[in-house]
Amino acid sequence: MATTAWTHERLEQLRQTRVWRSIFRRGPARTNRTRSLAVFGNLALHVMPVKVREKSLSVRATYYLGSISFFLFVVLTVTGILLMFYYHPAVPDAYRDMKDLIYVVSNGVFLRNLHRLAAQAMVVAVFWHMFHVFYRGGYKPPHEFNWVIGVGLLLVTLFLSYTGYLLPWDQLAFWAITVGTNIISYVPVLGRPIRFLLLGGHIIGQNALLRFYVLHCVILPLAAVGLIAWHFWRIQKDGGLTVRDDHE
Amino acid sequence: MSEKNTYEVGISSDALKQPRRVVFITRNTSAKVKEETGPQLMSFPHVILRETIAFQILTIVLVGLALFWDAPLEQLANPLLTPNPAKAPWYFLGLQELLHYFPPLVAGVLLPTLVVLGLVVIPYFDVNIEGEPLWAHRSPRRLQIYIGVFAVLFVFLALYDAWTVLVPTAVVGALGLVPYFHTTNTSRFQKFLGSRPLPWWVMTWFIAVALTLTVVGTFFRGPGWSWVWPWS
Repeated sequence: MATTAWTHERLEQLRQTRVWRSIFRRGPARTNRTRSLAVFGNLALHVMPVKVREKSLSVRATYYLGSISFFLFVVLTVTGILLMFYYHPAVPDAYRDMKDLIYVVSNGVFLRNLHRLAAQAMVVAVFWHMFHVFYRGGYKPPHEFNWVIGVGLLLVTLFLSYTGYLLPWDQLAFWAITVGTNIISYVPVLGRPIRFLLLGGHIIGQNALLRFYVLHCVILPLAAVGLIAWHFWRIQKDGGLTVRDDHE
Repeated sequence: MSEKNTYEVGISSDALKQPRRVVFITRNTSAKVKEETGPQLMSFPHVILRETIAFQILTIVLVGLALFWDAPLEQLANPLLTPNPAKAPWYFLGLQELLHYFPPLVAGVLLPTLVVLGLVVIPYFDVNIEGEPLWAHRSPRRLQIYIGVFAVLFVFLALYDAWTVLVPTAVVGALGLVPYFHTTNTSRFQKFLGSRPLPWWVMTWFIAVALTLTVVGTFFRGPGWSWVWPWS
């Protein structure tokens, strides 16, 4: 007990320091006013609403599916950046890097497992989130447009997963992308040009790997971050999550 | 929500706790002007704390799984050696299963485009805001349309031998008829079905078909896209 009081005192002293106050610019969040400030005065949290309905916090209201999708994205970003340190988007090297992850890199297997697992889980979570929102009626006014942003996020998630699928450059990757990109060529008129643009050629080779790599590591994640921020911010602007009238 | 009044007025008396607001609630109104439902909590710390715990649980589960499950890695990519069957990632196997039945322009381009467009327009076309059950008025006209739509679907799917689409369609279609014909001695499940609106049935049908196609494409398709049992 004595140590708790001591820690408390030291923390309080730390809070009074000039450096601390220059960073946070406000006191502890003990009143509703300062708790509001803790949310909308924070760059990362200010997209969130300051207050939420108690009902919308129940597990059955959301199963935290939206949050879980976002957390998986965070896990994927962290593991993805770590994997980038060990990866060359070049034709035989990419596969050799996979072997290195298994046999040479410390915890390389674990890192790749985590990334792959989180990727599969994110596809499931995003689909589940969408169906759950549909069944809860969460798409109804005034949430119409946020549903549309959500559909965009579903597509970005699928493209992220799909572009990542090619990167190990094994048989599984090569032929899965072959099956998928062949479908694109059936799009009337634009099919073949789109496929050429995506692959950087007529076959899946070095150019395709590089393009998928840039899409997977730069373009699509940036699109996802933008859409996620927009999606969260719209929840707040549309007046919080939908709460059902009938209480279950 | 009371049905008798055409509107309700509520004024919060404590302006310090809640900002003054006047609310008009009319029938058939949108959620936008509905009364705030239930008490509110501050996001900090209530939401932040819950989200942090959710993140921690998720991380623990992921790490646990990643320790025991290994990501697949096959031989080096070889354009000259085509595996049979060559499969797309699992979330596209429903589409690949469709490609087995329908021409590529339909299964690979038209249907996915329609699905995405369908998803986008859901909030703009759902006029059924109050969620009236499909058979609320037991309209025989509606029943005719219902049976007609399913008859056309069945003939079309049977013509293309698309059995993995037809079976889930038949199951959902039959379930949809239960609340129309069976109105007495209903169980809880039947009451649930009876209270479902049309958009619910359309989405449930879509999910049933998509799920069946994906599971079949993932586990039940072998060389030449022939039917195989996953345990044999």
